Amino acid sequence: MIGALRALGRKALGFCERLGRAHVFLAYTLLGVPESLYRVRPLFYQVYAVGVLSIVITVVSGLFVGMVLALQGYNTLVDFGAANSLGIMVALSLVREIGPVVSALLFAGRAGSALTAEIGLMKTTEQLAAMEMMAVDPLRRVIAPRLLAGVLALPLLATIFSAVGVYGGYFVGVGLLGVDEGAFWSQMQTAVDFQNDVLNGVFKSVCFGAVVTWIAVFEGYDTLPTAAGISRATTRTVVNSSLAVLALDFVLTALMFD
Amino acid sequence: MKEAPGDQPLVRIRDLSFHYGERVIFDHVDLEIPRGKVVAIMGPSGCGKTTLLRIISGQIRPRSGSVVVDGLEVPSLSRAALLALRKRIGMLFQSGALLTDLSVFDNVAFPLREHTDLPQRLIRALVLMKLEAVGLRGARDLMPAALSGGMARRVALARAIALDPMMILYDEPFTGQDPISLGVLLRLVRRMNEALGVTSIVVSHDVAETASISDYLYVISGGRVMGQGTPQTLAETRSEWVRQFLDGSPDGPVHFHYPAPDYAEDLHGGSAAPLVST
Amino acid sequence: MLQSKAVEITVGVFVALGLAALFVLAMRVSNLSFASLGNDAFYEVRAEFENIGALKVRSPVKMAGVTIGRVGAVEFDSNTYNAIVVMRIDKHYDRIPDDSGANIYTAGLLGEQYVGLTPGGSEEFLKAGTTITQTQSAVVLEQLIGQLFYGQANKDRDARQ
Ligand SMILES: Nc1ncnc2c1ncn2[C@@H]1O[C@H](COP(=O)(O)OP(=O)(O)OP(=O)(O)O)[C@@H](O)[C@H]1O
Ligand SMILES: [Mg+2]
Repeated sequence: MIGALRALGRKALGFCERLGRAHVFLAYTLLGVPESLYRVRPLFYQVYAVGVLSIVITVVSGLFVGMVLALQGYNTLVDFGAANSLGIMVALSLVREIGPVVSALLFAGRAGSALTAEIGLMKTTEQLAAMEMMAVDPLRRVIAPRLLAGVLALPLLATIFSAVGVYGGYFVGVGLLGVDEGAFWSQMQTAVDFQNDVLNGVFKSVCFGAVVTWIAVFEGYDTLPTAAGISRATTRTVVNSSLAVLALDFVLTALMFD
Repeated sequence: MKEAPGDQPLVRIRDLSFHYGERVIFDHVDLEIPRGKVVAIMGPSGCGKTTLLRIISGQIRPRSGSVVVDGLEVPSLSRAALLALRKRIGMLFQSGALLTDLSVFDNVAFPLREHTDLPQRLIRALVLMKLEAVGLRGARDLMPAALSGGMARRVALARAIALDPMMILYDEPFTGQDPISLGVLLRLVRRMNEALGVTSIVVSHDVAETASISDYLYVISGGRVMGQGTPQTLAETRSEWVRQFLDGSPDGPVHFHYPAPDYAEDLHGGSAAPLVST
Repeated sequence: MLQSKAVEITVGVFVALGLAALFVLAMRVSNLSFASLGNDAFYEVRAEFENIGALKVRSPVKMAGVTIGRVGAVEFDSNTYNAIVVMRIDKHYDRIPDDSGANIYTAGLLGEQYVGLTPGGSEEFLKAGTTITQTQSAVVLEQLIGQLFYGQANKDRDARQ
């Protein structure tokens, strides 16, 4: 009994300690962000690594998600004679929720895990220590551009996801199920508001980008310098950042669309 | 009478203690590295030589004691001051620790590009000069993954000397080198010291070779300095321990093994009961 | 590592793609084209309703099925206990008779509600500040159903007597 309580206490303390370290880590990294803004070369390379390489998976998933939304939405709406509102349903769910969230989850799996593994391996092979010994702060040189790239890339990916998804929905709804094309677009335009829906969705994905990349680079930086340590850190990145995205989505939604 | 700063040792370690968990790595160690000398640190594998270099360069903090490098108390330096100090220290990591996404050329150029505003042409000239010194000018376009272990370490050495530091910490620079490279590297370490006045700390297991270029030797083991002196005095030492270590004989007071329970007991599953009943 | 030129080009393409997607979301999916019109692109007219049902800010204002404006605000008049709907009508449609009627309709059985204007015959046109007097409230489904049942019950009683 006492033993179990003690184990629980140690877990909780360990968690708090790690959380604290993650924040100190973030603070020092943010100091390096202005610098990485004008060191465009590494920044471009990181945007390439986390963004460009995620385009294909984003486009393909966006297309299918939009198509499924149209299919499911049609089956429900047609019972109420509201099939003409299909455009609203597809576009609103994509722009507000599914676009930012699903692309963030894909990003965590595709780019976040890669970031963790890369940084973890750099730590394991003493590359980060070597940089420190050359008086180069790895937080500024390695971590900051990656964090910035994640924050820049995810909103772009989420926007692409939503746009492609809308066309996926259009393809199924109008092309296959025979919803009226004019109604599809015009009702959508009537109901979707640029600021309240589209921009809020983009803002969400900026937050998700920051959180997912933060978790990914911290897990990499904080990894145990062993093969098992890297594999654990990679798993943790995917699990923790996915959970963080879903929880944060709830909070942001509650704040935005009250 | 006050000593001139030039006469003070570059590194002065007093009463240094360090533990990894329960395991004592250093137990009240005193050590001095004189300015402009080549000092070798020797000792059995796992005795804490790499750890010592990491403490001197401020990568890890000792549990207690003072570590002064060029008048600065390393463990209590701020991050900025530590980075400033490190610009004047080159370190060759035991593993090489090359940046794997940069080519050999870019690795050596890395500290130059980070800390100087030299024009590209000059950086190129400097990098080629350093690579020539370690015999790898021809390998400049290779990626680190395409290098052998010995080559990687030589590139790392070229990188460590790129900024012409005041002190270089070599962690086993000679391991994995063929006899010719070994000779070249030995001469390189000595020449850096004689021509540029660089203070060098060499961690190495190659007793004879290292002794041949060192001004002073420390032998550490079990968390303590077991012997020290110039190569000549150490060669004539009476300490049975140092004698055995330098000669490399398997029998004597030095333990070849990592601390462990009794072998026979361990084999019998830690119990006193014999495996096979007689 | 990739050639840095290729990296720069693909990153450029990526950013362009993202911006193009945002443009699509703005112009094709949402109503930015209408909302972005500045303050002077519409004029406000008011209408008083007994009940506006589920009409909301940003609901469309239509005439002959064409969206000509949007609901800008919904207020409650505590003297008359009526709802006041402020409609913002596109400046282009400046020849709407000022005795036009405003009704609240529902698109489809469960669709959104909107204000429909039916033209009157006046020579004067709606302009900023005009109040539309001819209004018809929203049909509230519950009331309709209630009436239906009430009527049915009465009929049953009549039949039995
Ligand atoms: N991160 C660590 N955690 C716990 N113990 C460690 C850690 N790093 C090193 N040690 C222990 O500290 C001791 C000293 O390690 P160190 O790397 O300094 O040895 P070394 O003298 O450089 O050995 P070698 O000659 O083999 O390179 C070793 O016994 C090792 O087991
Ligand atoms: Mg070592």
